Amino acid sequence: MSDFDVKYVANLARLSLTEAEEQKLGSQLNSILGYIEKLKEVDVSNVEPTAHAFPIVNVWRADEIKPGLTNEEALQNAPSKANGLFVVPKIVE
Amino acid sequence: MLHSLTISQLAAKLASREVTSREATQACLDRIAAVDGRIQAFTSYNAADALAQADAADAKIKAGASHAQFPLLGVPIAIKDVLNVKGHPLNCSSKILGDFISPYDATVIEKLKASGAIIFGRLNMDEFAMGSSTENSAFQTTKNPWDISRIPGGSSGGSAAAVAADEAFATLGSDTGGSIRQPAALCGCVGLKPTYGRVSRYGLVAFASSLDQVGPFTKDVRDAATMLNVISGRDPRDSSSVSEPVPDYTAALGSSIKGLKIGLPKEYMVGGLDPEVKASVDAAVKKLTELGAEVVEISLPHTDYAVAVYYIIATAEASSNLARFDGIRYGKRVDGDSPEKLYGNTRGQGFGPEVKRRIILGTYVLSSGYYDAFYLRAQKVRTLIRNDFLKAFETVDAIVTPTTPTAAFKIGEKADDPLQMYLSDIFTISCNLAGIPGLSLPCGFTKSPKLPIGLQLLGKPFAEETILKIAHAYEQATDWHTQRPGL
Repeated sequence: MSDFDVKYVANLARLSLTEAEEQKLGSQLNSILGYIEKLKEVDVSNVEPTAHAFPIVNVWRADEIKPGLTNEEALQNAPSKANGLFVVPKIVE
Repeated sequence: MLHSLTISQLAAKLASREVTSREATQACLDRIAAVDGRIQAFTSYNAADALAQADAADAKIKAGASHAQFPLLGVPIAIKDVLNVKGHPLNCSSKILGDFISPYDATVIEKLKASGAIIFGRLNMDEFAMGSSTENSAFQTTKNPWDISRIPGGSSGGSAAAVAADEAFATLGSDTGGSIRQPAALCGCVGLKPTYGRVSRYGLVAFASSLDQVGPFTKDVRDAATMLNVISGRDPRDSSSVSEPVPDYTAALGSSIKGLKIGLPKEYMVGGLDPEVKASVDAAVKKLTELGAEVVEISLPHTDYAVAVYYIIATAEASSNLARFDGIRYGKRVDGDSPEKLYGNTRGQGFGPEVKRRIILGTYVLSSGYYDAFYLRAQKVRTLIRNDFLKAFETVDAIVTPTTPTAAFKIGEKADDPLQMYLSDIFTISCNLAGIPGLSLPCGFTKSPKLPIGLQLLGKPFAEETILKIAHAYEQATDWHTQRPGL
């Protein structure tokens, strides 16, 4: 297993890591990846993947209005809010 | 002592007006005050709110409400910090949720309330249910009530320790790879992971959605059946829950297990299994035989791959589920000069090391170029693991195994070696991959120090009745479950 590019994957996952974290995670993940390599031993030709333990087909329900959170409840845990809305950083210049 | 009663014993005393729910609730609060400084099972609780609920339950009992109608009427039950309880804090033992207060009840909480339960307290866990020891909690490490230098198991370590230390009559936990059964085994209580789809996950903070289930921790098997009666059933708000009928799980308890065929997988009785654990499981198998069951050796040939499959699938799903913690809608926010920096800073400072490790691993196995080699291959091996069980269940009614390879280990012993920590779940993980029900119950103790040993029973999909019946028959013939730690 080649050296694992922690920086690249951390960026995909939107995780800012310190350099010390990057180093530690890199070596730990290399040993975990070494362990999961053992799956390569298994013959999986003609085996269907399992996404869920039981085959779940589309579940339908009637499109009815049901009680939900109020605006106030939905915002009660927001780190920043104003005028009944979440405040987010500027995205478009 | 009031706090050491089971649910069924307490319900009988409440029904006969021998005790009130206020007294029972106060007994839990007193017990917490006496022992939780050492155990640290609870991250928070609101005594006034619990007592107010108890007074309401007492008024209902006075007005003639019965336990036949409300099976948990007046019974205090504590909750793992991963389930939403309206008006209570929810942290998943993480810093990233800040001072989050749940705006709604999880379905299982609605059901417990509708059955009359007193819902109190938040129970410590590994952050976002990722871990096997509660050492990954951002708040505290829960101690094993049998030896406070040891871990209680995890991730639902607080839920197990609270029941073992008689701080609650029962608790709820969640189980993704063993997070109910493993701590139940290490703390000496009964823990049940229902079949995938049996119990609604609405209001459970998702870790790995194809594996997660909610289940109870109790002091005996009858109480586990009572709790399962209450929390089971289809929920339109969780489309993975199924409409399979919910039987009365207490009805089959007490009937004979004569003629039942129980499989003992040969792959579970080798390498790394502690000799005292093996001796206890062997003795339990002998006891089941004496009770009339026929125990036969079976093979689950892909067992050795379960941990690897699990750590690909669970981390992949977690990396997706935990994307919602981005500092925008709830919890902690750490600013940055662009949205990407804000997300990165919030998550970098909000998540602990194990959660970061799993998000990185999960992101990696899903990333372009590695998906087929890791994720898709793991899903295929998952099929083979599931097929092993379905094949075994063609000839046996249930499967018996040790719950864990060893009794509780020391705090710090595996904290710096994630792979060794992962391997401690080796006997519990396959059950989640296959989606079948599993139960752990006490089957003995190590000699010195005296630590609980757990027996795991695995059943066919939706055959919780069978494993509860076997567990109950075993429990009736032994006294492990009546032993309590000296606190």
